[in-house]
Amino acid sequence: MSENLDDMYREIILDHYKAPRGKKPLEDKNVTSDGHNPSCGDELRMELKVDNKNNIADVHVNCKGCAISVASGSMLAEFIKGKSLEEVKAISEQIKKMLKGEESTITEDIGDLDSLKGVRQFPVRIKCALLAWVTLIEGVDKFEGNGTDSSSTTSTE
Amino acid sequence: MNSKTTEKDIVIDIQKIKNDFPILKRQIRDNKLVYLDSGASTQKPIEVINAHTEYFNQINSNIHRGLHTLAEEATNAYEKTRTHIAKFIGGVKTCEVIFTSGTTESINMVAYTWGEANISEGDEIVLTDMEHHANLVPWVMLAKRKNAIIKRIPITDDGRLDLDDIDSIITEKTKLVAVTHMSNVLGTLNPIKQLAEIAHKNGALILADGAQSAPHMPVDVLDMDVDFFAFSAHKMLGPTGVGVLYGKENILEKMPPFNMGGEMISEVSFDRITWAELPHKFEAGTPNIAGVVTFDTALTYLENIGMENIHAYETKLTAYTIDKLLQIDGLKIQGPNNSINRGGAISFTDKNLHPHDISTFLDSKGIAIRAGHHCAQTLMKRMGTIATARASLYIYNDEADIDALYDALIAMRKYFGHE
Ligand SMILES: Cc1ncc(COP(=O)(O)O)c(C=O)c1O
Repeated sequence: MSENLDDMYREIILDHYKAPRGKKPLEDKNVTSDGHNPSCGDELRMELKVDNKNNIADVHVNCKGCAISVASGSMLAEFIKGKSLEEVKAISEQIKKMLKGEESTITEDIGDLDSLKGVRQFPVRIKCALLAWVTLIEGVDKFEGNGTDSSSTTSTE
Repeated sequence: MNSKTTEKDIVIDIQKIKNDFPILKRQIRDNKLVYLDSGASTQKPIEVINAHTEYFNQINSNIHRGLHTLAEEATNAYEKTRTHIAKFIGGVKTCEVIFTSGTTESINMVAYTWGEANISEGDEIVLTDMEHHANLVPWVMLAKRKNAIIKRIPITDDGRLDLDDIDSIITEKTKLVAVTHMSNVLGTLNPIKQLAEIAHKNGALILADGAQSAPHMPVDVLDMDVDFFAFSAHKMLGPTGVGVLYGKENILEKMPPFNMGGEMISEVSFDRITWAELPHKFEAGTPNIAGVVTFDTALTYLENIGMENIHAYETKLTAYTIDKLLQIDGLKIQGPNNSINRGGAISFTDKNLHPHDISTFLDSKGIAIRAGHHCAQTLMKRMGTIATARASLYIYNDEADIDALYDALIAMRKYFGHE
């Protein structure tokens, strides 16, 4: 399977896993999105507050799962706060490509997110890293579909 | 039976056995492979590997068809395994031993033939809360097709069947009790003989899923008095793609065939087809001949060690493993915490770590375990977890393997900051 364990469990990943960001549920939110990986049993709840300029004012992620899915969700929470929906959608697609090993055209500095690349060496774990991102995309799609409070459930399988 | 076998009766030459399995010499990165995933599939001794090659070098051909030497030898070798199995599971008739592709197909065969013919609206099928999907999905789907009812025998918190209310679960409405002989997740060994008696008293049949028991202990289907018994060769040193369905002759006789085609017919015309005699009625088409022939060698290998011996040895190693794992803070064994009436499938969870992280970490140390829901999602739910890590033992494992597991688990907790 792996070449090197530390490639996947990089220090940054373990740091996010041990102290996930965005832990606090939002009091004021207009998007709720649930994702799960039936084969791992991972479950993730995401809440977003999108302001009237279509920027993400706040985000909450609660992931019950493995170190990779928790860390990925935590990095997502840290990264998307303050970004516009357009930016968030674009970066989500890029992260998906990066994880799947397809060519991505990321030019900006994605900070900690870059460390998720190591997961590619562990094919069965890629869907763990993807969980938060597909849940985000689903939530944003729903939000843009009806523009009011939206709830959705999605799965990476 | 394990109560009769005392420790000094156990005669297992573990070093010889380890040497018989070439794959155990493999290095996984810088570590020697420690294989603790035999519940999923076992490794194969050199005798079995050679028998497979020998089959293709010497006698390969189709069976029950040609009139040439090879066809005759292949047929004889194939039927020799059948005779061997009939003896292995307690001395049944050879016509009661049907070759399938595995436990899954064996159970589906019963669901689609006996089940289709005998289950009607309102009938009850009794399962347990610890079934593998192979002994759950076919029955749930059959019940859906027939408007029949699924009932379940619950389990206790320590992973044993809870038989307190059994008289209200298995009743005169019950047509079938389908239960695992040994749980692939909890390791629990279930009282099949007792359940068979209750089932029969109520006019129901009983099917036991022997995928995890037949490899590890003496099995006597006549003594247990089960109507059907299913198991897989690949979990007992044999090749993949071979399984067995045992069924009582009078029941098999009345069952319609499953697959239709060559070998399973007696006479065919466009308006009248008669079925072949048992067991061929259920073996349409060309089976996995090489696999079946090779399985014979696997059975002989097991018998040379002795099923009593194997069971006693594994019981002792299971006790050792449980004891070791319980020494680790934050680790919980999902299933009986002792080795009584239990096999060597040992599931555990860590208070802080997901089973996939456990498995990935152990793999980096060369230790192969299984992590996930083990095809038992309903059981996971009952245990209040989403997945477990599972170490499963076999005759080629020893205390050194368990010590390696223990050391790696300690190192893992440090790595993830959960010391
Ligand atoms: C208890 C039990 N039943 C059924 C099966 C299915 O066996 P197979 O995949 O060989 O058909 C397994 C294998 O995992 C098992 O452990």
